[in-house]
Amino acid sequence: MRVANLTKAVVISSAMILAAGCSTTSTTTDGGAAGAANGGQSGANSYGGGANGGVSAGQIVTQEDLKRLQTVFYFDFDKAVVRQQGFADLEAHARYLAQNPAASVRLEGHADERGTREYNMALGERRAKSVERLLMVNGATANQIETVSLGEEKPAMIGHSADAWGKNRRVELKYLTK
Amino acid sequence: MVKLKQLIVLACCALVSLSLRAELVVEVTQGVESPTRIAVVPFANDSGVALSEDIAGVIQQDLNRSGFFETMPRENMLGFPSRRNDVYFRDWRISRMDYVVIGRVEPGASGNLNVTYELFDVLREESVLTEPVSVSPKGLRDAAHFVADRIFEQLTGLKGAFSTQVVYVTAEQLSAGKQRFRLVLADWDGARAQTILESPEPILSPAWSMDGSKLAYVSFETGKPSIYVQHLASGRRERVQSFPGLNGAPAWSPDGNQLALVLSRDGNPEIYLLNLQTRALERITRHYGIDTEPSWSPDGKSLIFTSDRGGQPQIYQLDIASRNLKRLTFEGNYNARGRLTQDGRFLAMVHRSQGGGNGFEIAVQDLKTDRVDILTRSGLVESPSIAPNGSVVIYATQEGTRGVLAAVSLDGRVQFRMPASQGDVREPAWSPYLN
Repeated sequence: MRVANLTKAVVISSAMILAAGCSTTSTTTDGGAAGAANGGQSGANSYGGGANGGVSAGQIVTQEDLKRLQTVFYFDFDKAVVRQQGFADLEAHARYLAQNPAASVRLEGHADERGTREYNMALGERRAKSVERLLMVNGATANQIETVSLGEEKPAMIGHSADAWGKNRRVELKYLTK
Repeated sequence: MVKLKQLIVLACCALVSLSLRAELVVEVTQGVESPTRIAVVPFANDSGVALSEDIAGVIQQDLNRSGFFETMPRENMLGFPSRRNDVYFRDWRISRMDYVVIGRVEPGASGNLNVTYELFDVLREESVLTEPVSVSPKGLRDAAHFVADRIFEQLTGLKGAFSTQVVYVTAEQLSAGKQRFRLVLADWDGARAQTILESPEPILSPAWSMDGSKLAYVSFETGKPSIYVQHLASGRRERVQSFPGLNGAPAWSPDGNQLALVLSRDGNPEIYLLNLQTRALERITRHYGIDTEPSWSPDGKSLIFTSDRGGQPQIYQLDIASRNLKRLTFEGNYNARGRLTQDGRFLAMVHRSQGGGNGFEIAVQDLKTDRVDILTRSGLVESPSIAPNGSVVIYATQEGTRGVLAAVSLDGRVQFRMPASQGDVREPAWSPYLN
């Protein structure tokens, strides 16, 4: 019962935030700029966000658009806060999901090798859930998203450098094929 | 309510038989300042059959690798006595030995072998310990570990842990995006390693039941984490928990009736107790932070666990009956995966010092005085597991880009390294006493 109520509360608040989000982001979001900014930072994604990338809010997000979006989102050590530069692309993913109710994603949370494995498993889940929340407040529904944590078990980059650690503290967003 | 019984899936274990090669080799990298000097003379074989093991060789290795002893190389021995009357104490005194071990193997009843050993004090020229041991011809290595345990206990006062085993996980990168994970069971010294589970997906957190007959662990073989229990004798295994979200960090209660584990089915990681008979599940932590890595106190009355409820991971102790919570660690900005010694006095954990940069080390906290000693200087350690006699902590560390196992005595004086022949080795778990 408690869980059911909580879910309802989350959905209502998501809807409210979504409504608020629509009224403000339409003028400010520029995915292309956000993508370019990403490229210059260490630990930034290498998948999306080229000069022509990004999707403006309110538009229909096409499959072509999806290919240009960032699908890997990075985090600070022992933190699960999505960095600002990932917001625009996550909003676009959320809109795509809202516009395509049959589409669904898997969010894989990861941690770097430092610290203990089970704590990192929990941290990876917390990161995946942060991304899930951002998708949901922007219009995706819970049944379109599954989360799994892989902790430090599947590093993107082998090595004991700050660079490797930065690349490994991530959430990977993967569309599921039906 | 989810019907728990439907989740208990009986599955056949992917048992892979491996040759009995040594996967790990123990190297002592640092020993005690004045180890006891002991000569283990090759045992005479009066059995009439060829022996599959060099018994004295195994005993010598055990004692040497414990760090408490310095053993005499065979080539320096002036003779190989196997009976009391042939032991010339003067020779051993000249070689500056404190103790000498001799022994012989003779035919026993119904195809067994009788191994007789005798331990002498060289200075006092007297027999300290002697005993016949009856074994099957296949059990010679076990007999050797048994004798090493007896000698170790006689001379150090600590119960020997040479007859124990370890489980650990190895990971190999086969090709891009393709890995092989193995759960491996071996003697404490790395010999007789056998793979007991193989999977393309991660395996972690192996935990021994207190009677040494079963393991619980986490496997991602379905793409998501589930907790399995595997019976070591038969290889039979069952999936005991697979809720949405995390299913992790299983820990057996001392009486073997319960598993403490971590589930995030209520939204975030919390610790639960699973009754293995009734399958009843009881949630025992309630906090929006991360609660994980439960481990039982030896009396079974409380659990220690890692929580970041204070802003950083620290170790807490929860009294199960009263639900009273006590924070145990205050030094350092990262303390996790605590394990208690069998007397409940010392807490071994992964520790990062305040201002210690990126160094994650093994530390031991004396719970009586709250003194914290950092035992390693490796930088990237994890997964401490304490030998059942409380003398040594085994842990995982990095050598280059490869994970290896290492061990350190609780007082920090003896360090071992156990480099594996292949793969990335991690997650060691030391068995309880097995006999």
